[in-house]
Amino acid sequence: MTLRTFGFSEFGFLLSALQWTILLTVIALSGGGFIGFIIALARTSTRKAVRVAAATYIQIIQGIPVLMILFLSYYGLSLAGFQMPPLVAAGISMTIYASGYLAEIWRGSIQAVAKQQWEASESLAMTRAQQYRYVILPQALRIALPSTVGFAVQVVKNTSITSIIGFVELARAGQLINNATFQPFRVFLAVAALYFVVCYPLSQLSRLLERRLHAGSAY
Amino acid sequence: MPEVLIDNVHKSFGAVEVLKGVSLSVNRGDVFALIGRSGSGKSTLLRCINGLEKINSGRIEVAGHAVGRDPKELRKLRTDVGIVFQSYNLFPHLTVGENIMLAPRIVKLVSKAEAKTTAEEVLGMVGLSEKFDAYPDQLSGGQQQRVAIARSLAMRPKVMLFDEVTSALDPELTEEVLNVLETLARNGMTMLLVTHEMGFARRVATTTIFMHHGKIWEEGPSVELFGRPKTPELQQFIKSDVK
Ligand SMILES: Nc1ncnc2c1ncn2[C@@H]1O[C@H](COP(=O)(O)OP(=O)(O)OP(=O)(O)O)[C@@H](O)[C@H]1O
Ligand SMILES: [Mg+2]
Repeated sequence: MTLRTFGFSEFGFLLSALQWTILLTVIALSGGGFIGFIIALARTSTRKAVRVAAATYIQIIQGIPVLMILFLSYYGLSLAGFQMPPLVAAGISMTIYASGYLAEIWRGSIQAVAKQQWEASESLAMTRAQQYRYVILPQALRIALPSTVGFAVQVVKNTSITSIIGFVELARAGQLINNATFQPFRVFLAVAALYFVVCYPLSQLSRLLERRLHAGSAY
Repeated sequence: MPEVLIDNVHKSFGAVEVLKGVSLSVNRGDVFALIGRSGSGKSTLLRCINGLEKINSGRIEVAGHAVGRDPKELRKLRTDVGIVFQSYNLFPHLTVGENIMLAPRIVKLVSKAEAKTTAEEVLGMVGLSEKFDAYPDQLSGGQQQRVAIARSLAMRPKVMLFDEVTSALDPELTEEVLNVLETLARNGMTMLLVTHEMGFARRVATTTIFMHHGKIWEEGPSVELFGRPKTPELQQFIKSDVK
């Protein structure tokens, strides 16, 4: 077997793998966003049992490594008889992971809205659902935006963990090409650069939003 | 039947009793001023009237609604009782017009056109017609407070509660808010207001109540109460306010 060199077609392979990284990120953020939103609402419920249940969920997800969530959903479920393609296992575990963190970010944002806003809207005879819909969530969203975008950067990078169960995203693609070319420096520099190209604009966006938030009067 | 009836109300926060058997009755069109030292329970009493705080015992009835715990009943009550706070509490993400139209639209389900007409009317009453499309942070404190009053009025309340609505404002802005309150009072609105503006209470309130240690210590027609305070506590309070 002759060693290949790291050229255009190899780079193209990395680019196509980057699409899977992005797809996985989108799955994690939308699935995790959906679940996380519900957990965040539960976390700020007036009913104590609901609050405690939501807090426990968040604690558990944040208390175990993403890798364990991944192993549990890949090997655990396959032992239980569910044979899952790596994309599904990766999607499920990244979704669970993201849900725990997004729930916590959004809980903080909801609670950061001044308590007088609750009182004022309650005094205007709104239902709790109306208070959330028209008064609290629009303000919480603004507060949540910078840290949510910041978290998206973490998700992009953490999708690399799914390479362990054989899901061919960007990091795994780098390994495969390195195995064929044995030019680790070049290969992984290219991989790192690709992560950077995705993450850097997001980080900058997060910072920009953060500054706008603290400027205060962007309404 | 009085518009606001408060009967032997007790209220505690934990082990601390903040209202110790308060009774009073406010007739339609009456303007009651609540005065008293910090911590005497004025805000708590006001907040019990619209159910923001739950009482431990006693009875409160407002505009024909018994104040209880059932959320649905409380919402009915709150469509008839407006409250304005010291800190304005406008919704910062909405324009002035949207602030005012929101509750009538989603709570009372009035049409958009009607909500707009009402909003323009109440904004006119507080002298801010030209601010319909402004955002709260583009307004002065006094203007924000007048919008908050207008927002409450748009619900067509039968009773209005005001909790130190001028305390965050400097004298000039205080004046413009007090003028709005005075007009409301003259037009027959039933009002209870917590205030540190003794001159205003004396001039505008039909009755003034002096609260002390969670009790109504002294109560009477404003002119009398300020002119001939009976208890040493009230005498002391009035004296300390003058200096
Ligand atoms: N949510 C609460 N939890 C615990 N204690 C409270 C709460 N709200 C008020 N209190 C206490 O109840 C007492 C009465 O408070 P309240 O706000 O009614 O007084 P106030 O007469 O309005 O005073 P101020 O002039 O300072 O506004 C105070 O001792 C206060 O610390
Ligand atoms: Mg007070």
